[in-house]
Amino acid sequence: MSDRLESREKVTGAARYAYEHPLENPAYAAAVQSTVAKGEILEVHADAALRIPGVLTVLSCENAPHLHEVANGELAVFQSRTVAYRGQFVAAVIAETLDIAREAARHVRVDYVSEPFDVLLSADDPRLYKPDKVNPAFPADTEQGDPEGAFAGSAVRVDATYTTPAEHNNPMEPHTTAAQWNDDGTLTLYDSTQGASLVQDTIAQVFGLDRTHVRVIARHVGGGFGSKGTPRPNVVLAAMAAGAVGRPVKFAVPRQQMFATTGYRTPTIQRFRLGADADGTLNSIIHEVFEQSSTVTEFAEQTATPTRVMYRAGNRRTAHRLVRLDVPTPSWMRAPGETPGMFAQESAMDELAVAAGVDPVELRIRNDTDREPDSGLPFSSRNLVACLREGADRFGWEHRDPAPGVRREGRKLVGTGVAASTYPAYLRPNKATARAEEDGTFTVRIAAADIGTGARTALTLIAAEALKADADRVTVEIGDSALPQASVAGGSAGTASWGTAVVRACESLLGKMNGSVPPGGLEASADTAEEIRARDAYARHAFGAQFCEVEVDADTGEVRVRRMLGVFAAGRIINAKTARSQFIGGMTMGIGMALMEESAMDPEFGDYVNRDLAQYHVPACADVRDIDAAWVEESDPHLNPMGAKGIGEIGIVGAAAAVANAVHHATGVRVRDLPITPARLLPLL
Amino acid sequence: MDSEATPVHAEIALVVNGTEHRLRVDTRASLLDTLREDLGLTGSKKGCDHGQCGACTVLLDGRRANACLALAVAHDGAEVVTVEGLARDGRLSPLQEAFIEHDGFQCGYCTPGQLCSATAVLDEADRGWPSAVTEDLTADPVLDDDEIRERMSGNLCRCGAYTGIVKAVREAARETETDGARA
Repeated sequence: MSDRLESREKVTGAARYAYEHPLENPAYAAAVQSTVAKGEILEVHADAALRIPGVLTVLSCENAPHLHEVANGELAVFQSRTVAYRGQFVAAVIAETLDIAREAARHVRVDYVSEPFDVLLSADDPRLYKPDKVNPAFPADTEQGDPEGAFAGSAVRVDATYTTPAEHNNPMEPHTTAAQWNDDGTLTLYDSTQGASLVQDTIAQVFGLDRTHVRVIARHVGGGFGSKGTPRPNVVLAAMAAGAVGRPVKFAVPRQQMFATTGYRTPTIQRFRLGADADGTLNSIIHEVFEQSSTVTEFAEQTATPTRVMYRAGNRRTAHRLVRLDVPTPSWMRAPGETPGMFAQESAMDELAVAAGVDPVELRIRNDTDREPDSGLPFSSRNLVACLREGADRFGWEHRDPAPGVRREGRKLVGTGVAASTYPAYLRPNKATARAEEDGTFTVRIAAADIGTGARTALTLIAAEALKADADRVTVEIGDSALPQASVAGGSAGTASWGTAVVRACESLLGKMNGSVPPGGLEASADTAEEIRARDAYARHAFGAQFCEVEVDADTGEVRVRRMLGVFAAGRIINAKTARSQFIGGMTMGIGMALMEESAMDPEFGDYVNRDLAQYHVPACADVRDIDAAWVEESDPHLNPMGAKGIGEIGIVGAAAAVANAVHHATGVRVRDLPITPARLLPLL
Repeated sequence: MDSEATPVHAEIALVVNGTEHRLRVDTRASLLDTLREDLGLTGSKKGCDHGQCGACTVLLDGRRANACLALAVAHDGAEVVTVEGLARDGRLSPLQEAFIEHDGFQCGYCTPGQLCSATAVLDEADRGWPSAVTEDLTADPVLDDDEIRERMSGNLCRCGAYTGIVKAVREAARETETDGARA
């Protein structure tokens, strides 16, 4: 159990984030956003801004340099007169100081031809279509047996529609890039990113550079939760601006502008049907999902994929339908797919438990499976049942009275709920080097990212174990694309994927050393692409169970989470201290999803109206009381050399359903539309 | 062009972490930008620039304040303590130590604000200031978990490190009490 290696830097203010690296004579950018939801830019009037002392230039579609097209249309900054959503970046002012840039941005006037637009998701939109794949490469639809027939013939049925709103990641550090073109034509980016190598590759393509001519540095990153997993327009804007003024340029997206330009979780509408025997044994599972993307880029969240993993039933169907609206482009937000999908599935399972008169823990155990239902593959390990039993024991579930709405303490209605969690255990190809010095120290290098996950610390522990050395003799260098190429900190795959490359590099080094280090040191490298391709076919997933107790104020409808426990089965836990924090952090975001997080689309003007932290509520300290995470021992030889599954996302999966199920137990009211705000709940009490 | 758009500057003095600085600031510049851009003290963070997240919290003339909401020109002569000023002679404060011990952060971006805020919380409780959850407004407040959660709720942490933060503040509060009793 180790403290974070960068702890001291973080508590003294010495840790430098993207905006904070000293640059010589930097200029500052401020962006202008479109004020129409759909249309064409007629003219950009920059004269007034350019007359302000200290303004260096104004960039827009009228003068921007040509960029190369890449798959993500969001990166085609100022390349077209077409406006795809309200809030899209349409111009930027570059100035001597941030105050001047921001003031001047107010003086840029843009004339548009505005067109009718549509920004509201609905399940009966005639333009809904079946995407070729859902994120990242799953089939949109799956089907086995006769799901409709089996559902119709089932003794107990649940047929309900659940909705989740648009939600914004809101990492505390805004999306930030400081860009500098060097004398030799190379580009250096200090970027707030979950993946330096990916930004390097993408930005090299955008600017038509060799990838070795772009260097991305991200030593400390102030959170991301998916929103920094792929480069956003800020990176391109900063690099373009730095080129235009011939000086380094710093650009941090203001919090308000993040809501349109840096991604969010799509709203979802989900119809979930469960058909079961009288004892709750499932016959049919049908999960149909409706969600949105922008007209710029197709992003199809994989919302129904956890339904392909969780429970046994011979008849089953999942389907995703997408509509392209005049909205900002959605993207990854912590456990895309699993998070909204498991809210629906685990709410439906709770409804089935009530309908069948079966305890909700027992219902899940009864429908457990030893093969992944969709693929038929065996699980590399699956300890959902152990999590449920361990959690029930620790939480004190045993003597729970299932009757809803009967426990009253003064004004408070009290109830408990449970939900399951799952997240895939991905493994991605990576490269790493390991180097030994004569003095007995080691340096391991990989372009991994520590966005607060504790990756730097975990990789150091992994390397030390592989090298059979004390951790204080091992230095792990990350956060720089000049290091060996690494996958993004995403998909809960960081530690597993980077760690595998680190272990292989260390093993190779030990083999080369053969007990001694020659003068000048010794280095070895690894590339895990081939190893990953050759793996046996297993269904690899982490599982968990979350238990929650809520109190609901019967007079105000306010829900408070009294206590919450998550028990997870995620392979070997590398660093207990930081792992517990990650699980709890995910669960905390789940409380936010359950009770407060909602981005409201304005149909009149076409953008998210609550675009700051006073109006988009995330959990504050007082919202989080007794919360804890634990894990069951799990040994899985089919994963990676560490035996570890990812833990960054599973904490949020199922958390909102656990809260919603507890609210039902407390009040007898089933809320199927998140978040469970007083405004939504009180009229039903 | 609007005459209001032309930058106006003013000379001010600030004592930051014990060092006096004479500065020429844009009258629109926030204390936060002045610390970060003019003085190179980038420990104070900009999370929202609207006083909603608390990442920029500093001690301004002894009280916690959102540096993003303070115009530098309005604080001529002020004493400011930032996260860079919490450790003494390279020794971390008990709060800084406790944040590490209890893993009161993940990404670290809200941490400077949490630490400055928590430093003020200990002082405010010491002075007997009640909070919204203090039941007896005349008694000396005891920093139990509910008090700490309430008093620390102006500092958002998206990583969800609140449990560690509360434990850290509680531990530092006890240490301070013990030190006080000894003195």
